[in-house]
Amino acid sequence: MLGSLDFDVITRSLPYVLGEGLRFTLTLTALATVFGLTLGTILALMRLSGMKALSVPATLYVNLMRSLPLVLVIFWFYFLVPYIGQFVLRTERPVQVGAFASALITFSLFEAAYFSEIMRAGIQSVARGQAAAGSALGLTYRQLMQYVILPQAVRNMLPVMLTQTIVLFQDTSLVYVISLTDLLGAAATVANRDGRLVEMYVFAALIYFVISFGASLVVRRLQARMAIIR
Amino acid sequence: MNYHWNWGIFWEMSPEGTGTYFDMLLAGLWWTLATSALAWIIAFSVGSVVGVLRTLRSGWVVMACNAYVELFRNIPILVQLFLWYFVLPEVLPAEMGRWLKTMPNAAFWTGSIGIGLFMSARVAEQVKAGLQALPRGQWMAGTALGLTTAQTYRYILLPTAFRIILPPLTSEMLNTVKNSSVALTIGLMELTAQTRAMQEFSFQVFEAFTAATILYLIVNAVVTLAMRWVEKMAAVPGYTTGH
Amino acid sequence: MKRLCLIAVTALLLPGLASAEELTGTLKKIKESGTISIGNRESSVPFSYLDDAGKPIGFAMDICAAVADAVKAKLGLEKLDVKYTAVTSSTRIPLIANGTIDLECGSTTNNAERQKQVSFTNTHYLTASAFVSKKANNLTKIDDLKGKTVVSTAGTTNMKQLVEANAARNLGINVLSAKDHAAAFLMVETDRADAFVMDDVLLASLAASSKDPAAYQLSTEAFSKPEPYGIMIPKDDPAFKAVVDQATADLYKSPKMTDLYNKWFLSPIPPKNLNLNVPMSAALKKAFANPTDSPDPAAY
Repeated sequence: MLGSLDFDVITRSLPYVLGEGLRFTLTLTALATVFGLTLGTILALMRLSGMKALSVPATLYVNLMRSLPLVLVIFWFYFLVPYIGQFVLRTERPVQVGAFASALITFSLFEAAYFSEIMRAGIQSVARGQAAAGSALGLTYRQLMQYVILPQAVRNMLPVMLTQTIVLFQDTSLVYVISLTDLLGAAATVANRDGRLVEMYVFAALIYFVISFGASLVVRRLQARMAIIR
Repeated sequence: MNYHWNWGIFWEMSPEGTGTYFDMLLAGLWWTLATSALAWIIAFSVGSVVGVLRTLRSGWVVMACNAYVELFRNIPILVQLFLWYFVLPEVLPAEMGRWLKTMPNAAFWTGSIGIGLFMSARVAEQVKAGLQALPRGQWMAGTALGLTTAQTYRYILLPTAFRIILPPLTSEMLNTVKNSSVALTIGLMELTAQTRAMQEFSFQVFEAFTAATILYLIVNAVVTLAMRWVEKMAAVPGYTTGH
Repeated sequence: MKRLCLIAVTALLLPGLASAEELTGTLKKIKESGTISIGNRESSVPFSYLDDAGKPIGFAMDICAAVADAVKAKLGLEKLDVKYTAVTSSTRIPLIANGTIDLECGSTTNNAERQKQVSFTNTHYLTASAFVSKKANNLTKIDDLKGKTVVSTAGTTNMKQLVEANAARNLGINVLSAKDHAAAFLMVETDRADAFVMDDVLLASLAASSKDPAAYQLSTEAFSKPEPYGIMIPKDDPAFKAVVDQATADLYKSPKMTDLYNKWFLSPIPPKNLNLNVPMSAALKKAFANPTDSPDPAAY
């Protein structure tokens, strides 16, 4: 069987798999990280606000997202988002949301729940006395968060957050289930079309490994440097 | 909203002829539970062994186990399942490959083992972290008492380490349940897959997904409560773990 | 006579005027965005599939190009962007229903059940549900599948027919579902499944483009009578349906349709320059001469 392998199929499909597939994966990862982090921070602040009207919905949302498989959430949003758009914008028909936008919304909303948990742990890792000291100095909530708590919290949680981004990078491969052309989707399309499963899947695995492992080495180095600072 | 709701769909017969659509979802739930259970057994046992080995003072063992963890952690679960399901039988000798492919419930075995090994790397990380969180004095005390390395782990280190990591292990357990849905890509008819099949046969997308969501929430709640009970039972009076 | 002419001219102009004034639904959205969103398949050869560069091509894609041109003319747009979204058999119906795509161009069977969620335009092909298997396995009839492992594509009418036949005839088939046709065929090729149930024309083209076409055979017994394929459009949007129906009817009745058919079914097609060699059936000829969107197989 090994003798009949055709590694040429990889070189032939390289522009498609890397140019379209990997680019899609990396773009989705980067954008979903930015949006997920933003929303995650808001959720974390809502949960820590001490106001029931804010903390209860945020807690419910985070727990709901963290209880569901990503695959199910991807399907939910792919089919539901246009109707939500219709409801919010009060249009006559469901709002057209492209496949990429739909995936981006899904991953941002899903990962926000995970990022918010990391944020919350990070904020709580800052000694309580500092918040009290800040308040005693007359800082507003916003100033307290911006100048005292968040800078330290972000430093504490940076490695975990980056690790979560690597998880997100790997998770984007699940858009395969809705036939988007990410790295795996492109590899699978070629694999199925040319009957070259072995070559294409091993190749895709290799790319994921190199990027994830490389990134995790960077995170580890960062972690070591942080440890010296503290 | 131009979507035709029909909540009664669950009690209509599915085209499979063996029961209603609700029965279809229950059959899916059963496979989800079976796959998660087997995968967790694999993840826990392999992960514990690898995790323990990573704390030993043997250079090459630690290196091999680190390599194992990195390999399984840095490839997406979906890709790993494809490697086990599509690639492995093709690179094995023809006879073995054929046996793998024609084996009954191939998707279940492949899915459980694939997800189990993927999760084992994460369990190994937790176990290692748990062991490293223990004061060095415990190890020294064990050695001073004349215990062998195996005995020190068995009677001193592991009982405490596992208690420390019970909460993260609970979330890894829940992750295993969630990851079992990825096995739908290799044809396992677990809950999410049956939900999609129901959607494809009946066109009632949102009813099907709502039901699946509720079933997953129930499984989550049950596992969480069960583990909380285990935590309580396992707690050593006077020795608080964490918090 | 003069008056009659005037009435006739007014009658002809009126619908055009009315819709130009107040567009609704899909047409309005296309006009506002300057984009039409077309759902394509990845491996429905030769209807809708990807070429070597990953670009969607095929018989149905050409028909949709004509439809897009008609929509562009109808709306008086100078430029109409076409956005492609890859769909699978199981995502296509929800995606039409939720407006992600305006047209689905591929190999979708038009039946009464699906019409509860979506709408179809005029029939562009007729095909029966059959199965393909390796010659060596010697499977020709549905009953031969007893106790075998059989794959079909998730979300297809074929999958439903397989599941129903399995239950009705008590065959004890182990049913597997695959994401798309290429993946399903590959399961037969790699001996993971004994047979693949699908529309016969798709099976023929998959077998023909495989590494060893001579190794496969189609079943002699079919799961269904020939059923119509239609281009899928959103439900309850009569204005859009009228434009699409008109465009397809004009195309199907014109001699261009024969050329189009010959291009995809009787000439070498990309990516492997394979000639499927499927002459046009009498029923399809009739369906092109008198375009219809009937979901009833008996109507053909």
